[in-house]
Amino acid sequence: MSDIVLDLDFVLGHYNYWMFVILMMTGLYVTVSRGNLIKKIVGLNLFQTSVFMLYISMGKVIGGTAPILLDDPDTVYSNPLPHVLILTAIVVGIATTALALALVVRIRETYGTVEEDDILKLEHEMDFGTQAHDGGRH
Amino acid sequence: MPGLIEANLPALQVVLPLVAAPICAMLGKGSRAWAFATLVAFLAFAISISLFIATYGGQVISYEMGGWAPPLGIEYRIDVLNAFVLMIVSGMAALVLPYAHRSVAAEIPAERQPFFYTAFLLCLTGLLGVAITGDAFNVFVFLEISSLSTYALVASGSWRNKRALTAAYNYLIMGTVGATFFVIGIGMIYMITGTLNMADLATRIIEHGDSRTLRMGFVFIFIGVGLKLAMFPLHLWLPNAYTFAPTAVTAFVAATATKVAVYVLLRFMFTVFGFDYEFQAETLKNVLLPVALVAMFAASLVAIFQDDLKRMLAYSSIAQIGYMLLGLAFLTHTGLMATIVHLFNHAVTKGALFMVAGCFILSAGTSSISSLRGIGRDMPWTTAAFVAGGMSLIGLPLTVGFISKWYLVQAALELGWWPVALLIMASSLLAIVYVWRVVEAAYLKPAPEGVTRREAPLSMLIPAWILVGLSIWFGVSATLTTTAASRAADVLIGSSQMLWEE
Repeated sequence: MSDIVLDLDFVLGHYNYWMFVILMMTGLYVTVSRGNLIKKIVGLNLFQTSVFMLYISMGKVIGGTAPILLDDPDTVYSNPLPHVLILTAIVVGIATTALALALVVRIRETYGTVEEDDILKLEHEMDFGTQAHDGGRH
Repeated sequence: MPGLIEANLPALQVVLPLVAAPICAMLGKGSRAWAFATLVAFLAFAISISLFIATYGGQVISYEMGGWAPPLGIEYRIDVLNAFVLMIVSGMAALVLPYAHRSVAAEIPAERQPFFYTAFLLCLTGLLGVAITGDAFNVFVFLEISSLSTYALVASGSWRNKRALTAAYNYLIMGTVGATFFVIGIGMIYMITGTLNMADLATRIIEHGDSRTLRMGFVFIFIGVGLKLAMFPLHLWLPNAYTFAPTAVTAFVAATATKVAVYVLLRFMFTVFGFDYEFQAETLKNVLLPVALVAMFAASLVAIFQDDLKRMLAYSSIAQIGYMLLGLAFLTHTGLMATIVHLFNHAVTKGALFMVAGCFILSAGTSSISSLRGIGRDMPWTTAAFVAGGMSLIGLPLTVGFISKWYLVQAALELGWWPVALLIMASSLLAIVYVWRVVEAAYLKPAPEGVTRREAPLSMLIPAWILVGLSIWFGVSATLTTTAASRAADVLIGSSQMLWEE
């Protein structure tokens, strides 16, 4: 028999981290693989949101309630610090998304497309287009 | 009142440009926004000089933000290393802003200029904040303030060349991925330690000992900061961003943003992570050292074949970052000293060179090397500044570049790594080639006929020549910078809990 036994409790008990890893990898993959500038931003948002989930789930205390001070000294609270950090990170995320979308709008206005392949082709023509005709190297 | 200001200098260092930024946006077009931003940059520079003087002897200033005591509150912790970086950042801002007046006027429409200076001040705020704070999450917030405003600044080059837009977009994607990696890393170490204060993190990481989570946190932070500082295979955003940004932005960002990221790397490597000497040393030796060496050669080789002056200098920046990382990878006092001193030396040199590129763009309308033929006769002062800056880039004696290379080679020889020492010198030869291409075009080739190019205005020449002057002054008498770098290296080594190898 193999010594390696699937520790089901461990795997299921850390389901929040699995969610984080799956979302993070999906987001990163979409960001890198898509050629559409808007889809890249969607991927980036997914990637950032996964990190928010990581932080928020690590602040959870089993049996803990929302961290609002009660008179009862026995109350168990969830850790509020990660939540506050993520509030800041969400603001940063929104600013990033807004700026990225603004850039895409301007790119669409000047290039007439939001597809990376087309933009690269246009930029290549800007770099070498005229030279290729002058030198006749083709 | 003076006592109150003096007690709150660390907060003012960051708050002053932060509050000034929105005011700048309201000043309307004309020179008012520019004058105001310049004034603020000079004040920030004055503050960081006084902080540097206060910490030069080895003192540490701990400032409790809002009166909340660390480790719970956010602490601004300033030692000689922070103060040195603060001085580089605010000093560059104080030099670039006077330069920017003419340069920006030529590259950005008048009604948009107040917003340009707003973004510039925000960028300054972010960079100063990263350097001054002693709180790990606060580093992320300031890093993003500076990065977001840099994306906007890069995109503002689109009036000159529309490719600035795609350059800014790509920078945004890669920069955000880097920042998010950095946050994941901080999350991992927060899970283990339950604190975010850097000094507190260091002691708790020692108590906790090595673990896989910590190692993952270390790697995430390493890669995240690596993206921000354009470590060799993660540098793809840099050439386009530097080429298409307005020249004043390129001069400022090239001289400061990557330097601040190197500072973050130093801080996290040494002050925060002291948990496992073996793991860090192995990472540095097996990952950072080869990466730094490849960067020195690959980026310099690519630089040789660029036609655009700004793009050539951008690739040279990637190579120079290789030198900084190399000093870090040595893991010795001399190596660290070389890294820290090169932060300053490269900021001065590259700032001057990009300013010269901006002068060429203003007069000749282009930064393409082939169209700069014979420009040495039309613009003698500008071209002379390029030659002096170029000599420093190569590392010829009597320039600051020589001081950096001297300490790097010395650090390599101390360890007995003479092949590395030889590689450092060999890579300098590549720098000679790409600097010479420009010098040859400027002096030895005849000027194209029917082209009139006037010498750049004094408001642009003087800042460039101040930087050139600094690069020669500190190349001749390097006592101030090397002493500061040596003490900063002591601080890093003293704060790290590693089993230090002498």
